[in-house]
Amino acid sequence: MPLLEVRALSKEFGGLRALDGVSFAAQEGEILGIIGPNGAGKTTLFNLISGVYPPSSGEMSFQGESILRLKPHQISRRGIGRTFQIVRPFQNLDVETNVLVAFGHRYYPSLWKSSAPFRQPGILKEVQALIERAGLRSYTKQLAKNLPLGFKKRLEIARALALRPRLLLLDEPSAGLRFEESAQLMELIRQVLGEGIGVLLIEHNMQVVMDLCKRIVVLDHGSKIAEGSPVEIRSNPLVIQAYLGKET
Amino acid sequence: MISGYLITILITIVIYAMLAHSLNIITGHAGQISLGHASFFGIGAYTSAMLYTEVGLPFWISVPMAAVAAGVVGALLGIPCLRVRDDFLAITTMGINFVVEAIFLYLPFFGGAMGIGGINLPRWFGREMTKPEYFILILVVFGLLLLLDRRMGRSWIGLAWASIREDEQAAGAMGVDVVRFKVLAFILGSAIAGLAGGFYAHFLTFIMPQNFGFGQSIVILSMVVFGGIGSRWGPIVGAIILGVLPEVSRPIMEYRILIYGILLLGMMRFQPGGLLGPESILPRILRRSVYGLRGQG
Repeated sequence: MPLLEVRALSKEFGGLRALDGVSFAAQEGEILGIIGPNGAGKTTLFNLISGVYPPSSGEMSFQGESILRLKPHQISRRGIGRTFQIVRPFQNLDVETNVLVAFGHRYYPSLWKSSAPFRQPGILKEVQALIERAGLRSYTKQLAKNLPLGFKKRLEIARALALRPRLLLLDEPSAGLRFEESAQLMELIRQVLGEGIGVLLIEHNMQVVMDLCKRIVVLDHGSKIAEGSPVEIRSNPLVIQAYLGKET
Repeated sequence: MISGYLITILITIVIYAMLAHSLNIITGHAGQISLGHASFFGIGAYTSAMLYTEVGLPFWISVPMAAVAAGVVGALLGIPCLRVRDDFLAITTMGINFVVEAIFLYLPFFGGAMGIGGINLPRWFGREMTKPEYFILILVVFGLLLLLDRRMGRSWIGLAWASIREDEQAAGAMGVDVVRFKVLAFILGSAIAGLAGGFYAHFLTFIMPQNFGFGQSIVILSMVVFGGIGSRWGPIVGAIILGVLPEVSRPIMEYRILIYGILLLGMMRFQPGGLLGPESILPRILRRSVYGLRGQG
């Protein structure tokens, strides 16, 4: 059974078809690259999987159960964590509190449990461990808005990991980063994969994609035009055409 | 003894502080703008007034019922309202205020423009409470509410509210049920405003629809913004300063709304966090003087 299965997924905004009958499956412990030119529907796909808006048609299932009509908080509680293309940390909260918010996913379903204090030694220790893993140790008490972009991105990953996810959706993690920053981030992603968490990776940096992913899905104008290994994708004429245009 | 005039001002200020505190839960903690908070104040006042004068229930039951009624209406209105955001929410809550005021004004059931009279101070030990006693009663209740607020602020609920205030979409992605926690803030804020309404009705002994109009909502919001939105003590300080000002001089009373407006504009321009907000002038001065003293010692 695949971890995540998407069948014939479509999304229309008004008359615009942002996503058109896309199907694929992601396995546990696998990193699946999602690439495509701008406007191909990659972020729309992530927003559908994480429940930001419902699909117009199609089917999505996670660990064998449909997640089609679930709200974002229900999907994240089931174990799908995500980061955002344009980073969205809680700007006026410090790094520790940012991670704590995600830790609360076990408490939020019950009002009674939610009324317990969140500063408990056991939880703070786990939070600290995640912060250290993301390399943010000396920034624990810094407000998120004061962090440089690369650290904000790592904070988003730490926050998503606090959900104890089975699947991570990473939306362009290396965009806007310097080479070293991007390399550190990739190292973090490799570690995550080692724990058997599945990853969907949207990425424009081809070197990163070719390095990390064993399998890639290519979207163009909302449709899937190719799926396969990096070598297959690189030589696929449809993909080359989508990126570079038709030879005349 | 304290004069009757002074005690009247003190009671009014505690009631305003309670109102500012209750709005701070909705707007400060959970980040949801409300321009119609006086409607819940009014629902509480009318509920307790009607239960007292028409049904004959004592103060000790009618005032808690005022909180329950305002909380229930807050839940019913909050569920559809909180699906919209920001400016739409502002307009919707403002609309609610006009509708609620009109219902009190035009339905004869609620006494129309004449309002409801004959509401008395509570009785205890076989006699009517004196005003200083009533003041202490309200003050104790308010103290308990502040303790509750502190507890909430340290709980996962407070954390969920903070995340919604910062970024709704990200909060949802972290497992926070955004609608549910917004409605919770709305219910709690409305219920406390209703409680303040009950206290107000039994203190004034006479209420009219105009006491709970849009202008009143703006006065409450001004107190919250002036004192420091989101901080625990800011709205209380705002209520004290803006509540005392009109009593100190008559001209200020006459130009009250104008002066509040100018204060708000000035605050927004120079101290958007309010008097006690983060990075604002008052905490900075306090901190400096504390450190200064330590340095000398």
